[in-house]
Amino acid sequence: MKNKYSIFSLIKNAFSYHENWQRAWRDPEPKKEYDAIIIGGGGHGLATAYYLAKKHNMTNIAVVEKGWIGGGNTGRNTTIIRSNYLWDASAGLYDHALKIWEGLSQELNYNVMFSQRGVMNLAHNLQDVRDLKRRTHANRLNGIDAVYLNTEEVKKFCPIINTSPNIRYPVLGGTLQKRAGTARHDAVAWGYARGADAMGVDIIQNCEVKGIKRIGDSVEGIETTKGFIKTKKIGVVAAGHSSVIANMVDLKLPLESKPLQALVSEPVKPIIDTVVMSNAVHAYVSQSDKGELVIGAGTDAYVSYTQRGSHNVVEGTLKAILELYPIFSRMKMLRQWGGIVDICPDASPIISKTHIKGLYFNCGWGTGGFKATPGSGDLFAHTIANDDPHKLNADFNINRFVSGDLVDEHGAAAVAH
Amino acid sequence: MFLINCPYCGERDQSEFSAGGEAHIVRPKQPTELSDDQWAEFLFMRKNIKGVQFERWNHAHGCRKWFNMVRDTSNDKIHAVYKMGEKPPIK
Repeated sequence: MKNKYSIFSLIKNAFSYHENWQRAWRDPEPKKEYDAIIIGGGGHGLATAYYLAKKHNMTNIAVVEKGWIGGGNTGRNTTIIRSNYLWDASAGLYDHALKIWEGLSQELNYNVMFSQRGVMNLAHNLQDVRDLKRRTHANRLNGIDAVYLNTEEVKKFCPIINTSPNIRYPVLGGTLQKRAGTARHDAVAWGYARGADAMGVDIIQNCEVKGIKRIGDSVEGIETTKGFIKTKKIGVVAAGHSSVIANMVDLKLPLESKPLQALVSEPVKPIIDTVVMSNAVHAYVSQSDKGELVIGAGTDAYVSYTQRGSHNVVEGTLKAILELYPIFSRMKMLRQWGGIVDICPDASPIISKTHIKGLYFNCGWGTGGFKATPGSGDLFAHTIANDDPHKLNADFNINRFVSGDLVDEHGAAAVAH
Repeated sequence: MFLINCPYCGERDQSEFSAGGEAHIVRPKQPTELSDDQWAEFLFMRKNIKGVQFERWNHAHGCRKWFNMVRDTSNDKIHAVYKMGEKPPIK
């Protein structure tokens, strides 16, 4: 890397008042033709480009992004990373990502602030207890760290939780994955963008895809707001807008796009040093390094591309948060926003070829794609480069909706979707 | 969050309603003769349009009746509301 970040570069730049740092990635005009084009410059798209260049020597590629890097769901999520999924296929996929997370800052020479502070999932009724115990066993059989905690152990691990038996949904227990945690979401996009750019990948921002050119059953290129760009391989990683791209080639996907909200409070001193999620009451909370409480709300239950979301959804989440953490009752919420998530009927992603030659889709991550960013990029790059899926994403093909081999993580996963 | 003009009850808050997805997807008349591809198409595949979409809604916390709606999903503006069985008032 031409401009490696280190303690020495930090000291050197301190002498010039940090005014001479080089830009982290170029701002190129699109070439006439690329070996592959990734549509969507979010974390997953940039990671795909990075691994295409790094592992598959495809450096004549571009990432086209309608807005700016990290301006979509990558910069809008609640940054939770975990791999405690029930089914074998999901466990393989998400733990693959978690293993890459563990060395990602070193690999990218960019501090993604990955913090393995643990993720605790609460049980509020007898069925929750049974489900979480079952998931703990399933996780351990798949080599994923998981422990089941009773109410006292939950209280010990996170003392501010209200474990009184007299609340509407009392805490009956929980699971803990200690390797899980959070990362700085923008840094992930920036780190991958810088890494991909250094290997020659063109990252083209403010370039919206308007159409996909096809000849017969293969793709020929994309029409964009910056003109036509020729390519034989297109990887679509457009999250909530995946169906918009798919409709350009009359391809129907099993997706519905909905607004998902998050909000942060005013910054306060350290009060919660882990991530606590609750499926039954739909509330999850962690604290950022700046001190803000980061709270995830639910999705609006209708298709919408408005990137805002409804007030009643936020209200429902905050009610649950307040019952679980009475200590937060006087906190002020500073910012609220929405992102558009593409939800599959089985709440599992699609990382797949399509019936159109050279057109690949990585979508359907729904409400929980951030955690999978490195693994998703790695496996999608493999799928594009070899025109064949890796064994870890073979089960996440688009044909599972025809064959019926769904990876049903709805409710089986640690949080409701 | 928006207001919906229920054809039976009048204007109410959206939180009283539940969305039933894309409208005018006809249930196959002879399910036994359907191929897996056709089942997948009926059950799962959606246009998921960004723009004007035809959809079904239910006044779940009101009259509990189903009806159809034409809504722009890019800004949540409702263009028309019409009863089940009626033809869409706009194309």
